[in-house]
Amino acid sequence: MIFLKLILTNLRRHRIRSFISVAGIAFSVAAMLTVVTILQGAIGMFSGILSSDSEIIVFERNVSDLFFSNVPAAAVNEIASWPMVLHADPVLFGVVSSADHPIITCFGVTAGDARIRKATWIAGDRRTFAQHADDVVLGERAAEFLGAQMGSHVPIGHGVFHVIGILKTANGFEDGGVFMPLSSAQSFFHKDGMSSVITVKLRNRDDATSFKNAVKTKYASLIALEDAEFNHSYSQFRILKATAWAVGGCGLILGGLGVANTMIMSVFTRIREIAILRVNGFSSMQIAAMIFGESAVVSLLGAVLGLLTGTCLLLILKLVPALHGYVDVTIQPVVMLIVVLLALITGIAGALYPAIYAMRIRAVEALRFE
Amino acid sequence: MNSTTAQANGHERIVLQAEDVWKSYDEGTITVLKGVNFKAVEGQTVALCGPSGCGKSTLLHLFGGLDEPDRGSLSVNNIEINRHRDRLSLLRHEVGFVFQLHNLIPDLTLAENCLIPTVAAGIDHKTAQARLRQLTDRTGLSHRLNHRIQKLSGGERQRTALCRALMNKPKILLADEPTGSLDEQSSTTIFELLLDLVATEGVTLVMATHDRNLAQRCNRLVEMRDGRIHESENAR
Repeated sequence: MIFLKLILTNLRRHRIRSFISVAGIAFSVAAMLTVVTILQGAIGMFSGILSSDSEIIVFERNVSDLFFSNVPAAAVNEIASWPMVLHADPVLFGVVSSADHPIITCFGVTAGDARIRKATWIAGDRRTFAQHADDVVLGERAAEFLGAQMGSHVPIGHGVFHVIGILKTANGFEDGGVFMPLSSAQSFFHKDGMSSVITVKLRNRDDATSFKNAVKTKYASLIALEDAEFNHSYSQFRILKATAWAVGGCGLILGGLGVANTMIMSVFTRIREIAILRVNGFSSMQIAAMIFGESAVVSLLGAVLGLLTGTCLLLILKLVPALHGYVDVTIQPVVMLIVVLLALITGIAGALYPAIYAMRIRAVEALRFE
Repeated sequence: MNSTTAQANGHERIVLQAEDVWKSYDEGTITVLKGVNFKAVEGQTVALCGPSGCGKSTLLHLFGGLDEPDRGSLSVNNIEINRHRDRLSLLRHEVGFVFQLHNLIPDLTLAENCLIPTVAAGIDHKTAQARLRQLTDRTGLSHRLNHRIQKLSGGERQRTALCRALMNKPKILLADEPTGSLDEQSSTTIFELLLDLVATEGVTLVMATHDRNLAQRCNRLVEMRDGRIHESENAR
C-alpha cells in the first residue's frame, strides 16, 4: 500500500508533467488503434469483395496488385466448366475519377455475380443488368456522392453512363463503387477479354487442394489461393498492415520518449527521497520497481485513455458521410491487447535508464543533495 | 560494570567493529578516516565526539552501509559488510539511522513515513501497524499518525525519524547529530527519549554529537580527531 502510494504520490506531485506523459501515450495508443483498425477494416472489406459467395480466388501469379492482374477469358470459361466448380465469376477491377471524386472503384461483373445477386436493390431490377454497354449500377454511397438517380446519366472517367440501378451492400468499397457489365468494363479499361480475378465456389470445399493443383498444372501464369491464404499472403494487405503498425509504432516510440523524459525528471527531482528510501532499507531492485511502477501507471492510464479516445475517433469517423461504409469501427480484441501491451512495453523501456540511474544513486551523497 | 571492562572481559557480544578502516574522498586527496579501530558491544550507548570533519559521520555512514571504506574491515552484528554490494538492504534489520535533518518524505503522513522500513523489509501489515502503535505511543505521537510531515514541529519530526529508525527492531541505532537541528529544550527531550528507547529496546546506540553534555550521558565517549580515534573513556 505504501509502495503504491509512493508511486502515486510522485505522479500526483507533478500533475501537469504526469498528465502530459499520459496524454503522450494516449495519443500514441489512439493513433495506433485508429490506423490499425481503419486499415484492417479496409483489408477486411476488400477481402470481403473477393470472398463474396466464393472460397477460392484465381489471379495472375506474381502481381503485386490485383488491379494489374490479367486472367484471360479462356481460363475463366475452362475453369467454370470443371466438374468440381459450382460457379466461377470473373471480376475486373478498375479505378476511375470524376469531378470532386478522385477515386471511384469500378467492378466489371457478369449478371450472375454474387455481388449483384446478393445486394439489396434500392432501385432498378437485377434482371436488366448487362443488357446495354453503357448501363451501370451504382452503390448507394456512389449514387449519393455522384448525385445520380435511377435513369440519370453520370460522367464516370472518360465516359457517360446510364444508371439502371442502385444497390446497397454492407461493404464500403462496393457501396461506393460502380458495377459495369464485364464486357463494358473490359472495353472501358482497355482490357479486352481479360478479368482481374476469378472468384470460385467449389461444389465440395474438400476439393480446394485438387483445384489449386489443377490451376497450377494447367495455367503456369495463374495462381489459385483460398481466401484465408490470400488474405495472409497478398502483398498489398501485408504492406497496409505493416504500415499501420509502423505508424502506430512510431507514435508509441514518441510516447515512450515522453515517458522516459518524465521518469528521468522524476528521478532527478527526488534523488534525496530515493536516498531516504535506500537508507531505510529499500533495495536497489525495490527502487527500480518503484520507478517501473510509476511508468507502468502512466502507460496504463495512457493506454486506457488512448483506447477511449481511439474508439471515439473511430465512431466520429464512421459518422462522416464521405467515409460511410469505409470505416469499420469493430475493434478486434487482439488489436486492443497488442496496443496495450506495446504501450506498457514502451513505458517500461522509457523507464529503463531512469531506473538504472535511481538504482545507482549513492545514498550518502544524495542525502546531501538539496 | 563499565563497558570498557565488559569488552576487556569478553563477556558481552561485539556488535560493531571497525579494523584499520581508511576512507578518503575526491580521489584520495581528502583522507577522512586514517586507520580507525573501533568496537561497540551489545546494549552500549557510545558518543562519538570531535570537531567537524574529524570523521564521525563518515564512520557512522560506513557502519550503516551508506558508504564503503577504501580499506579495512567493518562488521555489523558479525556480518562483514564491506563485501556486500547492497549493504543497505542487508542491514535493514540490523541498523536504524537517525540524522540531524530528519530526512522524512514530506508528502507522506507520519505513519506512512514510519512504515517505510517495514515495506522495504516485507513485514506484514498487521505486525507493522502494531509496532507503529507501540512506538508512537512511546514517543507521544499517536495523535499525529495521519498528519503530514509539514504539519509537524521540529521535535515531532525528529521523534518520527526515531520511530522510523526503530520500526524493524534493529539491534543497532546510528544517530548522526540527532539533536543538532533542535532548540535546547527539544534537544534534551529527544535525547531523553532516545536513551529511554534504546534502553528498553536493548539497542546499541552510536551517536555522533558536538554536544558534550549529551555525550557525557552515554556509557562511553569516544574522541575522534583528524580521522583517528584518540581516546575512549567512560562517560559515566
